[in-house]
Amino acid sequence: MSQVYDYIEMKIPAKPEFIGVIRLTLSGIGSRMGFAYDEIEDLKIATSEACTNAVQHAYKDSEKGEVKVSFGLYPDRLEVMVSDSGKSCNFEEVRQGLGPYENGQKVELLREGGLGLYLIETLMDDVKIHQHDGVTVFMTKFLEGEQVEMDAKTVST
Amino acid sequence: MNITVDVNELNTEFNVKLKGEIDAYTAPKLRESLFPISEQENVSITIDLTEVSYMDSTGLGVFVGAFKSVRAHNGEFTLVGLSERLRRLFDITGLADIIDIKSGTEGGLE
Repeated sequence: MSQVYDYIEMKIPAKPEFIGVIRLTLSGIGSRMGFAYDEIEDLKIATSEACTNAVQHAYKDSEKGEVKVSFGLYPDRLEVMVSDSGKSCNFEEVRQGLGPYENGQKVELLREGGLGLYLIETLMDDVKIHQHDGVTVFMTKFLEGEQVEMDAKTVST
Repeated sequence: MNITVDVNELNTEFNVKLKGEIDAYTAPKLRESLFPISEQENVSITIDLTEVSYMDSTGLGVFVGAFKSVRAHNGEFTLVGLSERLRRLFDITGLADIIDIKSGTEGGLE
């Protein structure tokens, strides 16, 4: 795996109006790296979901927080890290009961949210979540054509 | 990075045209516009997403909420004009099987 990479880091106030700024940056980075339109849209959604989680949950009580978003640009992939230093929530607990809606579910029992983490895991190639003094979401998206090769390598280990 | 909500009302039929991005910032505005309508009895709401350039789970949450409210008040709720991107979002979350959706070319032909 190549170690040479370009690194970009941004800090935004933990306010929803700045999540769109991250998306604009991501569009630029993604097209510079040669990602296809659909892949860039996937990246935008996954990264926005991570930022939304940080803004909405981590800083529920005190509004003065920051969300750090960093981008690691590799020849074959983009790594996006979204971290907050707010209150940790129990991610395993959050993860349970998430996922797609099921056909035939009673309308009045449909959840109104909680799809963020599911979308991140669906739209990105690799996702890791670390909890320490806050939550950090690590997400990787491979450039088209690179993923098969990478998978083959990881399977053999 | 904003949204405009354009509501056209004819008796109990509401045509809502959305334009812009639906994310954590704009979703509350969308919710405020849709919920008073969804709480009326026997309404038919059609939401046109043709000019929505971005949407994530916050938008899905608003639509699920409005859909539930409309159904609870014996109304109809339809989404039209979805791009392939938006359609995909509803497909992978399973919402396409629950909410009445007409994609781009089908929209507005009824």
